[in-house]
Formats: sequence, structure tokens, C-alpha cells
Amino acid sequence: MIPEISWTILLPTLLVTGTGFAVLLADLATTGPEKDGLGWIGIVGLVVTAIASAALWNTQASGFDGTIVLDRYALFFNVVFCLAAALTLLMSMDYLGTIGLRSGEYYAIVLFATAGMFLMAAANDLIVLFLGLETMSIAAYVLAGIWRPDLRSSEAAMKYFLLGAFATGFLLFGIAMLYGAFGTTTLTTITAEIGPSADLQRTLAFGGVALLIAGFGFKIAAVPFHAWAPDVYEGSPTSVTAFMAAGVKAAAFAAFVRIFMHTFAELAVDWRPVLALLAVVTMTVGNLAALKQTNIKRMLAYSSIAHAGYLLVGMVAADSLGGAAVLYYLLAYGLMNTGAFAVVIALGKRGEPNESLDDYDSVGLRHPALGLCMTVFMLSLAGIPALAGFTGKFYLFSAAVGQGYAWLAIIGVLNSVVSMYYYGGVLMRMFMAEDGKDVQGTTHRPYLTATLIVTTVGTVALGIFPSWAFELALGAFQSLG
Amino acid sequence: MSPYVFFPLAATIIAFALGVVLNRHPIRSALCLAVTLFLLAVVFVFLDAHLVAALQIIVYAGAILVLFLFVIMLLNLEADVPLKRRRNMTLAASTVGVIFAAATLRPLFFGAGELPGIGLEAPVDAAFGSAEAIGHRLFTHFVLPFEITSVLLLVAVLGAVVLAKKRMG
Repeated sequence: MIPEISWTILLPTLLVTGTGFAVLLADLATTGPEKDGLGWIGIVGLVVTAIASAALWNTQASGFDGTIVLDRYALFFNVVFCLAAALTLLMSMDYLGTIGLRSGEYYAIVLFATAGMFLMAAANDLIVLFLGLETMSIAAYVLAGIWRPDLRSSEAAMKYFLLGAFATGFLLFGIAMLYGAFGTTTLTTITAEIGPSADLQRTLAFGGVALLIAGFGFKIAAVPFHAWAPDVYEGSPTSVTAFMAAGVKAAAFAAFVRIFMHTFAELAVDWRPVLALLAVVTMTVGNLAALKQTNIKRMLAYSSIAHAGYLLVGMVAADSLGGAAVLYYLLAYGLMNTGAFAVVIALGKRGEPNESLDDYDSVGLRHPALGLCMTVFMLSLAGIPALAGFTGKFYLFSAAVGQGYAWLAIIGVLNSVVSMYYYGGVLMRMFMAEDGKDVQGTTHRPYLTATLIVTTVGTVALGIFPSWAFELALGAFQSLG
Repeated sequence: MSPYVFFPLAATIIAFALGVVLNRHPIRSALCLAVTLFLLAVVFVFLDAHLVAALQIIVYAGAILVLFLFVIMLLNLEADVPLKRRRNMTLAASTVGVIFAAATLRPLFFGAGELPGIGLEAPVDAAFGSAEAIGHRLFTHFVLPFEITSVLLLVAVLGAVVLAKKRMG
């Protein structure tokens, strides 16, 4: 019997994939600067998808023989992915022209990557998860290398692809071991069988869990699986870097959290110490390495590694508060980090990316609005109160304290203090330094300005009114059952 | 599958797999890989998975390996490629490998006794491993993954074209 085709469950994925096809077709009919308009098709499609996901909020269904589910958890992430992708497209419409990369395929590939993310968040089967992950990853490898005239871009794509393929091998091997242990790849069935499982099954499952940690650790750029991140973040076109940090990372966490905090909740005793250790190493190495960077994209790459560490703290808490904190933080991180990369884009012009920290000297004085935006993002990333980053860290660390991991929260807070130094350093340069280079700013770049407005307002709003978003995140996490 | 078949076969596969990694010459590595893949197909045959065994030979030992050899020969790597091995990396990798292997093999020596399936001649369904059975499974339980694969392939093709075409925009 062919399983019933549940269109509702697939609706968000179909909408976003359909938009991708629409962009590909429209690409044929456009030339030159007209191609910027393709971004609009993508943004409209993503907004419609986000609205559809919000409208389905009360759905709780599984379909296709239980391989995919549509619950609040998946829907929450759908909105996060739509936001990350839409902001990426919005700033790309100005950025691609700047670097001389007018390509319709770019927009389509971003949309297909988003479709892969949707599948990762909704997957209830390890095979579906794997295929979603690959769809997203292959799209990300291509996006990293899409700026062909720049050798750094090709290098980024090559490194990302080789190490990514290697990490995928770990993930697949882990899935194979879990299949060996339980005879199924469906998460719900694994959850049911894990409790009464025999010794041998457990041992195989441990092997699978260890390999899954390695596979996901790569995608979220946790130390010691982080070596690719600085080169890839630096070499990729900046809008793609923003998409990787906000979208790809969120998608990896979506699958990671569902499998570990829900399916393997029974084995939490065993994986908690491992993730706690990873969190400590990731936060510390990320922050310390960020201190001595001279390129802003590399610095943000190490900062992104450190943030993966903070997020792991929430997973170690292993309760619904910790889970909700991770969801909330991913939303906040997506906004503030995309904003920071938008500022990086705003400073560059054709043939002159201005990505060295020296280029930031006195920028805040010459472009006060841009300086204000960067201040919001840097302070939020550092975790200063009243901004989204602070509330997010507060939720993460208090969840850890609530579960008896106070020492982990203390290490997290200490790390935030360290991070204050390099985030603050950027602001010092922007406002205190004299005689900087004249950089472009956002003049005549309406889409970039729009991106900055959305991300700044979002970061501040999430910080001042965190409770509604946190309630949504909590509801989303609790829908896992 | 009888242990008298399994263990010698497994040992040979591991030996050739090591050959893939340890050989310094790419062509030899590739040929070792061919044997490894072929012997894996033999394991599948003994496990009554005939279709998978055939696919393994056609796709992996056949098509993919030929592709490997083509690439190696096109790159013209006749002289020994000086692959630098960093001692501490090798040490770290082998330590992790040994720990992992020990953890995996633990139940074999302690506790659980035997690996499941070894020496066990469980009767399988006559249709098991047939093209029909696999096709049925593929188009019922795995119909969604099957469809996602087409999107995945589309992205891969699109990406290959984007990265390989001469001029952008």
C-alpha cells in the first residue's frame, strides 16, 4: 500500500521548493541587473511559507509511514529558516551587484538549501534527516564557492566540501549503527525500543550516538570539529557566510536537539557529560581564538564557534527549559549575526571588501547609523542586557543551573566576559579611532538598509519583549512530547 | 552466515581496506578499494541480499571505481605522490580509532557473548532481497525519501553547472 500523501505535512517544504523552481524559470527570462528582482520572488515565497507555517501552528501530525512529522517544533524552525533565508536574499540583492555576481542560480540554491533545512527539522526518520542534511549541505558547498573570480571562495568551497563529506560519513556510519541496534531508522520506534533495550543494543546505540555527535558537531562547528569554519566563513561571499551562521547552524541544531533531547532522552545520562565537555572546549577555544583575529569575518567565525558552545550548554540541561532556550537563542542569534554580516557588507565596495579590522577605524563617526546598528549587534552578541543575545544566554545558563550544571553556566559567563573584549574592540575602533579609511556605507543600497533595519529592530525587540518568543519556543519544544 | 565463511571473509576485507589507506600509490589504493567493494558484495550474497550485491558490483566496484581510476590517470600521478604524514596526527587518529574499535568490540568479549546473526541460519522469506521486495519497500515506506532524493540530485546538478560554467551573470 502506498502511504497516504499528506499534503499538509509537506506544505511548507513544497512551497519553498516551488519558489526555488519559480526562481529558476524566471532566471531564464531575465538579464543583467534585472536578476536582482529574482530575490523578490524568493522573499515573497519565503514570507508566504512563514505565514503558512504560522497558520499551521496547531497541527500535530505525522505522515508518509511516520517518516516525517509536522509539529510546533518543526514549524518554529521553519519560521527561523524563512527569516534567515529571506534576510540573506534581501541583502544579496545589493551585495551580489557589488561583487559582480549576478546569478539567478544563487537565489534558487538558497531556496533549495532552505527546503533541506525544513526536512531536517521535520524529519522523524534518520534517512529523511540525512537527505535533508545533504540537500542543505550540497547547496551550502556550492554557495561557498559561487564567487568564482575570488580564489578564497573556491578554497572555502573545497575545504567545506571535503571536510563536510567526511563528517557526513561519520553521520551515516552512526545511522547504520543505530539501524543495526534497533532494526529501524524511524525515530519514534527507536524511542520506544531504547528503554527496554538489551546490553548489545545499547552498545551499538552508543557507537551510533558517538558518531552522530561527531557528525552534528561538524555542522554546528563545535570544537574539535571546527577547523573548517574560519576559512570557509572568510572565503565565502559574505551573504553566504551569514546564511551559514544563521540558517545552516540552526538546521543542524534542529535535528541535533530533536534526536538527542527527545529520541535519546533515555540515554541522557550518557551523552550529557560528553556534550558538557564539548560545550566547555567549544566556548573557550572559540572565544580565545577570536581575540587575536584581524579579519572581521574570521573573528565572527570564531564567535560563531563560541556561540555553538553556548547552545550546547542548553542541550546539556536536557529539559524543556533548556530546549526552549536553544530554540530562542537560535532565533536571536540568526537576527543579530545576520545583522553583523550586513554591516560587513555595507563597508565593502567593488574590488575592496574592507574586511580587515583596521578598515573599521572611525567608521561609526562617519556613518553614525551604521555605527549604531553595529553597536546593537556587537553588544547583543556579547550578551549585554536588554538585547536579544543577553536574554538568550540568560535562558541557556539558567536552564543549566536548574539542572545542576552551575559550573558549566559559570564557565559560560566567564567566556562571555572574554568575548566582550573582542566585540568591544570593534566598537572601540569604530567610535574612538581617528583617521580611518573612507568606506561605502549604505548609500543607494535600499535592500541592505532594509536588512539592517529588520535585524536591528528584531534584536532590540527580542531583548525587550523576550517572553512571547520564549513562550513560543517552549510550546514548540514541548510538542516533541 | 556460517562463521567459517564470515571471519576469513571479514579479515580479507579489512586487509584490503587497510591496503586502500596505507598504500602510497593512488592506483594501488584504488585497486585495493575495488577488491574491498567486491568482497563486500560477496557478504551481501551470503546475507541473501542478492539485489544489493548486484548493485554493489555494478555501481561501486564498476562505475564509481572506473571514475576514480579515470581521474587518477587524467591527473597523471605516475611518480609517487609525496604524501606527508604528520606523526602526531597519525598517533591521535590511531588512538581514537583503537578506543572506538575497543568500545564497539566490547560486547563480543564481555557480557553479551556473541554478535547477532553469526552462525545463525535464520530462515528468510523467499522474496527477501529480491528486486520486487526492495522496490515495494522503496515505494511505500521510503516513498518520501525517494522523492527527496530527486530534489537532492537537482541541487547537485544545478551546483555542478554553476561551479563549472565559464562566466557568471
